[in-house]
Amino acid sequence: MAQPIIPVLPADPTSRAALDRPQTPRWVDALMLCLVTAALYGVLRAAMTWRAPISTGTHVVLDIAHLPLYAALSTLRMTIAYLIALIFSLAYAKIASQSRTAERFMLPLLDILQSVPILSFLPAVFLALAALFPGRTIGLELAAILLIFTSQAWNMAFAFHQSLMTIPQELGEAATVYHLGAWRRFTRLELPFGAIALIANSMMSWAGGWFVLIFSEQFPGPGGSNFELPGLGSYLKEATEAGNTMAVVLALITLVVIIVLLDQLLWRPLVAWSDRFKMEQSAAGDVPPSAVLDALRGSALVDWVRLHALVPAGRSLDEFLSRPRAIVPGVVIERTRAGWRRAAPWVWTAIVLGLVAWGSIATANSLTGLGGSEWRTIGIGAGATFIRTIVALLLAVAWTVPVGVWIGMNPRWAHRSQPIVQVIASIPATAVFPLLYTLLLGLPGGLSMAAVLLMLLGTQWYVLFNVIAGAMAIPSDLREASVTYGVTGWRRWRTLILPAIFPYLVTGMLTATGGAWNASIVAEAISVKNRTYSTTGLGAIIIDASNTQNFRVLLAGTLVMSAIVITGNRLVWRRLYSLAATRYRLD
Amino acid sequence: MAASPSTLPAPADASAPTVLLAAESVRKYYGDDRTPVLDNVSVELREGEFVALLGPSGSGKSTLLRVLAGLMPPSEGRVLAHGQPQTGPNPHVAIVFQSFALFPWLSVQDNVELGLLASPLSPVDRHERAQKAIDLIGLSGFEEAFPKELSGGMKQRVGFARALVVQPEVLFMDEPFSALDVLTAENLRMELQDLWNERSIPTRAILLVTHNIDEAVSLADRILVFGANPGHVRVELRGLPVGERRQKGPARARLVDTIYHVMTNPEEDAAAYCEQRAAEAGRPATPETGRPSAAVRPRRYQTLPDVGIDDLTGFVQYLATVGGRGNVHELARDLQMRTDDLLALVEATDLLGFADLQERQVLLTPAGLQFANAELEEEKAIFREHAMEHVSLLRYIVRELEAAPSHSVESERVLDDLEHSFSSEEARRQFETVVDWGRYAEFFTYDDKSGELSLDEEHRMPPAA
Repeated sequence: MAQPIIPVLPADPTSRAALDRPQTPRWVDALMLCLVTAALYGVLRAAMTWRAPISTGTHVVLDIAHLPLYAALSTLRMTIAYLIALIFSLAYAKIASQSRTAERFMLPLLDILQSVPILSFLPAVFLALAALFPGRTIGLELAAILLIFTSQAWNMAFAFHQSLMTIPQELGEAATVYHLGAWRRFTRLELPFGAIALIANSMMSWAGGWFVLIFSEQFPGPGGSNFELPGLGSYLKEATEAGNTMAVVLALITLVVIIVLLDQLLWRPLVAWSDRFKMEQSAAGDVPPSAVLDALRGSALVDWVRLHALVPAGRSLDEFLSRPRAIVPGVVIERTRAGWRRAAPWVWTAIVLGLVAWGSIATANSLTGLGGSEWRTIGIGAGATFIRTIVALLLAVAWTVPVGVWIGMNPRWAHRSQPIVQVIASIPATAVFPLLYTLLLGLPGGLSMAAVLLMLLGTQWYVLFNVIAGAMAIPSDLREASVTYGVTGWRRWRTLILPAIFPYLVTGMLTATGGAWNASIVAEAISVKNRTYSTTGLGAIIIDASNTQNFRVLLAGTLVMSAIVITGNRLVWRRLYSLAATRYRLD
Repeated sequence: MAASPSTLPAPADASAPTVLLAAESVRKYYGDDRTPVLDNVSVELREGEFVALLGPSGSGKSTLLRVLAGLMPPSEGRVLAHGQPQTGPNPHVAIVFQSFALFPWLSVQDNVELGLLASPLSPVDRHERAQKAIDLIGLSGFEEAFPKELSGGMKQRVGFARALVVQPEVLFMDEPFSALDVLTAENLRMELQDLWNERSIPTRAILLVTHNIDEAVSLADRILVFGANPGHVRVELRGLPVGERRQKGPARARLVDTIYHVMTNPEEDAAAYCEQRAAEAGRPATPETGRPSAAVRPRRYQTLPDVGIDDLTGFVQYLATVGGRGNVHELARDLQMRTDDLLALVEATDLLGFADLQERQVLLTPAGLQFANAELEEEKAIFREHAMEHVSLLRYIVRELEAAPSHSVESERVLDDLEHSFSSEEARRQFETVVDWGRYAEFFTYDDKSGELSLDEEHRMPPAA
């Protein structure tokens, strides 16, 4: 038997024997144990409060001692919503990938859901769920969680679907040939392949989630009173309304601390761990380091838990969900398409069409009740907000492109700034608004200008992110060529930099536009010290309609806004993107 | 001259070997417009055989492999496993893939155990069997390594271990060595052959899909030469006896010759040629199967080989420097090209009239010599003349351009026409090749963004007779 030629193994830090790994000190293990226990206790306590009876009026105490509690509650809501969004995304993407007819429905539906401004649904959702659980807080909690879910689920579903569609053909065939079965195929192939995209999108989803959370913890009830959930969002709102700047600042600091902690303790280790799912076939170059991941890997406690709890549990689940098949020589397993399976797509189509029809009729009925003057107001408001959106986008591009390109083309700064920008982008603009309002209301133009600046604040990070990524992706040989041939200054921008970042810029603007419209709902009206300021705009109309429970106007306003966003997407951004993909690709 | 048994008729024995897998009149279409990929293919895989499916790239042999394995259903016809119609992936077939298809996040051990997860073995038994397979294939010590740490040859070993550990009845290999360098491929081939010959594995039959003539001749008991557009079996040949497969004996040379000729003359009746060859050698001859060969397929349309202008001119110039003639084998070795890339090049130069292929010799024609020695402008002029005369697709496009009022034509129209005769992928390839040649010859210009072909006014050809 011929001996293989033994190659020299390249040094790879991720798979060296465990002997090389530094042992995590015991006190870290003890700390982890304490944290886990504390978290479990916290969850149980929170669950108990959900059974409490509901009541209107202020529950939030503007006291620094309560801040950690509120922060914990808000984080809990976010976590639950995220887990539901994750499961939803996995299931939705999987179903959409199974059949072409499903895909034709499900993807456009996701697109529409993504473009609809969520915050306008706030009151409707709350009322519906409160009615389901009369008299209990749990209805409100579910409503908040549902709203956060809607801001998190869509991009994860898209991303996972995209990864399912791009699994290399031979890997899929290997899974079929070696009879992996549906569950094992999912856990051994589809999930690992999509892990990197899922983690990246989870980070984005959390950022989007914070944005909605701040607003979903309080909503108007009957007779001008408010329903409130204890949490950071309602704390911020109360503080703003009371004009208590100190409290606002403290709440903001708490929020930032939580976001940074999550980044360090959760996202960074996850990203470092997900390196093993990279498809490239050579040993890793630079793996982003994570102290937390190293600590977990070297920890005796984690090892013990893994060996004695996680691995056996995983194995039993695996066995339970997969049916073992005895491979009998000479027998080929028959697979027949049962009758009902073939009919299923048609049944689904019928149901969906039925729902769409019913929804459209109900909407049409509702809308016909609106008078001409109301439509005119909506139209003017839409126009005003549209102008603000454009101004905000232009301002965003004006500063993010130079700064982003500068950062992206300087590798030192690029690597250092990436995590910082990510964290800043996670801080929801809605949390910062209250603080800035007091400053900005004094400006000329009043709330109108303030609204533009606030929309800018909420959306510029998407653009910056993408511009940095685009600048980092400019191949070095093109840069060297431009230096050699003396192409500098404006000409360099025109011929090299702008075309290179164009696709990334378009992607950033696509997301930014939707974000700007969504932000308008919270930026165009505010109540400070029991005084309500508002300006002409679609966002103000929507908020006002939801406060006064004018459902007709609310519905009309939301539809108009969604229509504008979707049309803008299709007509402008998608076209620009396909132009970018064909003409400006760097490969 | 020793009687070579390479085309002896099959002995009629009472205990004919069991047919493990058979394709009956299989046709396969792709897409809504039903472009045929496989046309009336009937193939049998018998116990104890090593069968090679040999054909140029894109001829549909990988598709046939997948249909036989049950990964995709045939559009017409059926596949029989042990005489029973096959309706899903065959559990007794394992495949070794061209790109290895290893899961990057699983260790070698986990990758090899993958196929055993579906079996009722306990984890301990699984581990043991996988360990044995890893030892067998020469990778012991690498169980905890991850694919990104392994070289190409080692990755394919893992692919083999994974396939063998499930003890498949039939082993399919889809161009398993073409992604490896020459030495590693040779090494693995020999090891595979040892495993098969010494019966170290319980596999009862092997099907190898390849475009490498040497590989097929070195390994197979039976060789199916596959033709393209659409895919069909052109001829079945009996392989060499085991002892004669490695050395360069006359029998081997004759078989390789025959196959080269068959593959470089895609429009010829392969079966008739093989009979003729066998008759010349003074042997009673029938093609292996004893069945009437597949009907001769007169080509209705010319296929442009996938060759760029640089390669073409370089090849002609190279031929001129080595005295205007070369043996195909040696040329492939000297130019370090894969066999079918070289064959495509030879086909292109033959098509244009710059060279002739006779048996295994490539001979430069006088026009080719002139082309090789010319300066750039004269070179282009010669090319223009020959291309217009011999390449019907180019003629067709130039005529269309001249007839069109604006002297321009949308690429979509040309592609649509091409798709009547080719699959959309092949049509695309033909289009790109003809655009490359047409631009070089300055017949027309092509705007990639608008997809428009425009006549190059300066170089309008005088109307052909």
